[in-house]
Amino acid sequence: MSATYLEAIREAQARALAEDPRVFIYGQDVGAFGGAFKATKNLAKEFPGRVIDAPISEDAIVGLAVGAAIDGLRPIVEMQFADFSIVGFNQIVNQAATLFWRTHVPCPITFRLPCGGTSGSGPFHSQSLETVYAHYPGLVVMTPATVEDAYGMLLAAVTLEDPVIFCEHKLLYYHLKADKLPTEALPVGKARIARVGRDLTIVTYSAMLHEALVVAEELAGEGTEVEVVDLRTVKPLDTDTVMASVARTGRLLAVGESWPWGGVTAEIVARVTSEGFNLLDAPPQRLNAKDTPVPFHPNLWKAHRPTAGTIAAAARNLVRM
Amino acid sequence: MVSSVLSRETGAEAASRRESYIEAYRWMLLARTLDDKFASLYRAGKLQGGVFLGRGQEALSVAAGLALRKGDVFAPLIRDLAGRLAFGEPVVDAVRTYYGSALGPMRGRDGNVHRGRPREGLLPMISHLGAMISVVNGVLFARRMKGVAGTVGVASIGDGATSTGSFHEAINQAAVEKLPLVLVIANNQYAYSTFTDRQFACQALVDKAPGYGVTGWTVNGTDLADCLDVLTSAVARARGGGGPQLVEAHLLRLCGHGEHDDAGYVDPRLKSSEMGRDCLKVAEEFLLKQDWAGRDQLQHWRGESIEKVDQTVAQVQREAGPDPYREDWCALASKHLSEPHPS
Repeated sequence: MSATYLEAIREAQARALAEDPRVFIYGQDVGAFGGAFKATKNLAKEFPGRVIDAPISEDAIVGLAVGAAIDGLRPIVEMQFADFSIVGFNQIVNQAATLFWRTHVPCPITFRLPCGGTSGSGPFHSQSLETVYAHYPGLVVMTPATVEDAYGMLLAAVTLEDPVIFCEHKLLYYHLKADKLPTEALPVGKARIARVGRDLTIVTYSAMLHEALVVAEELAGEGTEVEVVDLRTVKPLDTDTVMASVARTGRLLAVGESWPWGGVTAEIVARVTSEGFNLLDAPPQRLNAKDTPVPFHPNLWKAHRPTAGTIAAAARNLVRM
Repeated sequence: MVSSVLSRETGAEAASRRESYIEAYRWMLLARTLDDKFASLYRAGKLQGGVFLGRGQEALSVAAGLALRKGDVFAPLIRDLAGRLAFGEPVVDAVRTYYGSALGPMRGRDGNVHRGRPREGLLPMISHLGAMISVVNGVLFARRMKGVAGTVGVASIGDGATSTGSFHEAINQAAVEKLPLVLVIANNQYAYSTFTDRQFACQALVDKAPGYGVTGWTVNGTDLADCLDVLTSAVARARGGGGPQLVEAHLLRLCGHGEHDDAGYVDPRLKSSEMGRDCLKVAEEFLLKQDWAGRDQLQHWRGESIEKVDQTVAQVQREAGPDPYREDWCALASKHLSEPHPS
C-alpha cells in the first residue's frame, strides 16, 4: 500500500493506539473531525474515547498530558500548528521537560507539531520551532524528512520514556509518497547519509532534505559530488555521522528552515569547528530562513526560506573556497 | 455555622467532629513548628534559596489535606505545609528538600517548596503555579480513562494565580471534562506585594465559578471548623460526581512572601481585622473553649511537635549534600539519547 507522509503519521497513530492501551490523542479538532490536516482521520471512530477534542487551551492541553503521563498513560498531543505550541510552551519546557530530572518520574508525551512554511500561510501558521525546543534540556526533538521516518519515528516517539517534539513538515504532508510503510526503522538519534559524495557535505533535516537532494543532483552535473546528511533527530544531534562525513569531504554546509540566530545549523557548525577544525578545507557555512516573520505572499515566502537555488549557490561558493 | 451544626448532630457525629478538629489542629501545629524552624534556620544562614511559610493559612491547608485520602491527588501551593503533612508527606521530605539532601525526593535538583512524589499523588509545583491545575486535571483524566473511580484532585493556588491564563484554561478544561477537581484559592490579599485591587476587579473570586459552570464555595480561612466543613463538603461533592468545585478562602498572609520579605506593605488595618487573626491561635482558643483540650494538653502537643522537628532537622543536617561528580547530568529518562557534555 502506498502512503503519503500524512498517511504515515495517521497510520503510526492508529498502530500505536491499537498496540498500547495507554496511548490516547488529545488536541483541537482531532476527534470526529479528524484534525485540521486529517492526521487523525477516523481514529476517533476506530478508538472510541481515546481521540479527544480539547478546548483551545494549549497550556491546559499540555498540562493535562503531563498529568496523564504521570499516571502512566502515553499521550499524543496534536498541536494544530507548531506556531500554537508556543501558547503551551511553559508547560512543555518547564513542566514536561523538567519532570524526570526533578522527580525521576518519566514524562512520556509525544507532541506533534505541524511545522514549516507553506505558500500563503503567513507568519503564524508557518513556523519551524525545532531550534527553540532543542535549546531546552529534557526534550527529544525529531524532524522526519521521509514517509518512512514519519511513520517509524512517530512510533518510536510514542515508546520513548521522554517528551518528544515531533516536527512534521506540512509541505511534505501530501506530496511525499512511499510505496509502503517500513517494518524497520533506524534507531532514534541516528542520522542517515541520504546521498553519498566526496566534495562537500550538506547537513540538513525535514523538508530541506529534499531541496538539498535536488542541489546534489544538479551539482553532480557540474562535476561536484555532494554528500547529504539527513539528521532525522536534531536532538540528540548525531555528531559522529556529521563529523565522519566532513572528514570525507572537508567542506560543510548546514541548512535549516528555522531562523538564523543560533539554532540547529549554528550548533552543527560549532561542533564541527571545535571538534573537527583540522578536517575542514574551507570555512563551514550555514543557510537558514531570513530573520523576519514568515511572509504571506508566495513571492516573498519562496525567497524567505532556503531553496534549491540558494542552497546550490551557497554550495558552489563553498566548493570554490 | 458551627452552632447550627452542633444543634443537629448526634453524639457520635459530635465525637467524630471533635476528633477531626484535634487531628487537624495537631497537623497545623506541626506545620507551624516546622515553618518556624525553617525561618530560624534561614535567618541563621543555614538554608540556601528561599523559605516560604504557611503562617495564617494552616487551617485552610490542613482541611484540604485531610479531605483527601490515599489515591487522591494534591498539588499544593507554597504555603501548604499543613496540608502536605495531613495528606501524608513525611516531615523528613520537607526538611531534606530545604537542605537539598541527596536522600530527599528531589535529590538536591530542586529545593524548598518544590517537592513532591508524583506517583503517590503529591505533585511537585513548578513556580508558575497556575500551571499545576491542568496537571491535576490530567491525573484525574487518566484515572477516568483507566476506569478508576472515586479519585479527587485538589489544586491549591493563591489570589495571584487567578490572573494567569493557566488558571482560566485549566478550570475551563476541568469543567468541560467534568473532572473531580477541587480548586482551592487561598485569597490571602497579597500576591507578593500586590494587593487584590491590582489583581482583579470582580467582587469576589468565587464569582468566577458560575462563569465556568462549576460550583463555588466561600470559606473563612481563619476558622478551622469552617475550613473542615467546607473542604470536606466540596471534596465529597467532587467525589460524588458533582464536577469541579471552586473554593475561595478569605484570610491574610501572616508573613512575608518569603522570609526575605518583611511584608512592610501589608495594611495594618487588615492585620487588626478579623481576617488578620492567626488561625492556629483561633483553633487553640476553640479547643479550650469547647473543653476538647486543656492548656497542659496543648503544651504537650507543642512539645511533641518541637521534638519531631528538632530530631528530623538534626538527622538531615548530618546527611551529605549531592555530589556533583556522581551526578549523571542527564535530563532524559532515555539515557542513551543524552547529549554529550563537552569537557
